[in-house]
Amino acid sequence: MDLSIEIPGLNLKNPIMPASGCFGFGKEYCQFYDLSKLGAVMIKAATLKPRLGNPTPRVAETYSGMLNAIGLQNPGVEKIIKEELPFLKQYDLPVVANVAGSTIDEYESVTESLRQTTDIAAIELNISCPNVKEGGVQFGTVPEVAAEVTRRVKNASHVPVYVKLSPNVTDIVSIAKAVEQAGADGITMINSLTGMQIDLNRRQPLLANQVGGLTGPAIKPIAIRMIYQVYQAVKIPIIGMGGVSKVEDVLEFLLAGASAVAIGTANFQNPMICSDIIDQLPACLAKYGFSSAKEAIGGGHH
Amino acid sequence: MEQLKVVIDGIDFIANQTVKLDLRLDLERLSKFQPGQFIHIRVNHGTEHMLRRPISIANIDIEKQILTVIFKQFGDGTKALAQLQPGQLLDVLIPCGNGYPIDELKISKALLIGGGIGVPPLYYLAKKLVEKDVEVSTILGFQTKDDVFYHDEFNRMGKCYVTTNDGSYGSKGFVTDVIEKETLDFDYYFSCGPKAMLKAVQNQLNHFPGYISLEERMGCGIGACYACIVSSADKSKYKKVCVDGPVFKVNEVIL
Repeated sequence: MDLSIEIPGLNLKNPIMPASGCFGFGKEYCQFYDLSKLGAVMIKAATLKPRLGNPTPRVAETYSGMLNAIGLQNPGVEKIIKEELPFLKQYDLPVVANVAGSTIDEYESVTESLRQTTDIAAIELNISCPNVKEGGVQFGTVPEVAAEVTRRVKNASHVPVYVKLSPNVTDIVSIAKAVEQAGADGITMINSLTGMQIDLNRRQPLLANQVGGLTGPAIKPIAIRMIYQVYQAVKIPIIGMGGVSKVEDVLEFLLAGASAVAIGTANFQNPMICSDIIDQLPACLAKYGFSSAKEAIGGGHH
Repeated sequence: MEQLKVVIDGIDFIANQTVKLDLRLDLERLSKFQPGQFIHIRVNHGTEHMLRRPISIANIDIEKQILTVIFKQFGDGTKALAQLQPGQLLDVLIPCGNGYPIDELKISKALLIGGGIGVPPLYYLAKKLVEKDVEVSTILGFQTKDDVFYHDEFNRMGKCYVTTNDGSYGSKGFVTDVIEKETLDFDYYFSCGPKAMLKAVQNQLNHFPGYISLEERMGCGIGACYACIVSSADKSKYKKVCVDGPVFKVNEVIL
């Protein structure tokens, strides 16, 4: 079974990759399986300066999902280039760097810093993190602003740029169209949905940040719906994500219109999940009458 | 670290909402555990519970080839774990985190201070210390009589003081009251319990070297997700409770 997928900057041996923020920079998961098995890896977000992130508690379990408010903790782009990326070089694995920021200038600077490395194959432009006070999601909710960040980052980048969309908007299609027009090479979607859980004993929100990003199987139908709609409106490829926990979910994302699929929260439940799903994908595709992964992309639209 | 399916040998309530879970494990794996380390348990199949539960090792029985953990039923996840039956398989990540580095320390007398569900990891620690001919005294704090467990077990290994908040078992008050009242002779202390207790103990015993074990809500449990962080003493960076801890030197982190 041919699982390979080609999208800008990414020649994927299979359409499966761990989602940003759920896989660190890969080191922790290499003790469970050979990372070369993955289609690609989306590493944790980079900002210009190191960020300490939010106070704890930062996570809470919810029904078939979880809330997180990590707050973009990362060592800063320079350290990521020097100390984290070299480790991933030993694997046959395209790396997608996640770029975050508090201002458009910061997004641009992080992207410019990444020019010094040949260790990344693409950029995922994170205009949708719900867990930071400044930046993040505010750039992903207004089409004109999303387009402006995309344009600036695209100009500064030496690799294709995928824009990560927020589901916390009234009309995700208008944002998708705006970033496509601004030059995005692809779209990744969806980021987490904002949510909250209240601690009954303390009578206050459980997370220290109060609001967190909801992820996991609970959000999968929303991701599928949004990808289905965006696929009909844009020509650039979509990397789909949002609650994937089993191989059938991957096929569902492909049918909705995703060209590749990222797995996030499920890595916490089962550190082998990406590897397991890659093993199961050929049989699943065959079962539903496909002779390649490529053939399934957009197959749900008639 | 590895992901493994282990067989449940036994599961019992030993105190109020407090469950003792025995898991069968081979000698080679058992001998690698340090006291203070934890195992990261998948609650069940399916997607209802997406996060594992980190639970400290309470005991290792080399002869019977059993690893014991003790946990309290707090929410839906731990309630589901409490429903497990002997013979069932449990998906675990083992071993997780850094334990108490007792092989690197020169100790002749140790003071162990545990509060509530912070008591279990101190039991295996006490056992390993006694094996090394260290004299062990223990102070255990619980809310009330129904919560008390392992008093006899700790008593067998040295002097054990029990205190309850309401005085329904042992003395009335907190572990810090026992520290103040009793004449305690030790060169290192080891503590595990709620943050407020650890803070109080650390303040009270600030002239003594020691180690504390922290509890925090975790995601991956392997250092990838940055959920369970704690600030280093100089505030320059965060440490990860799951891989840098859960055991830290006193004053290494800000509580």
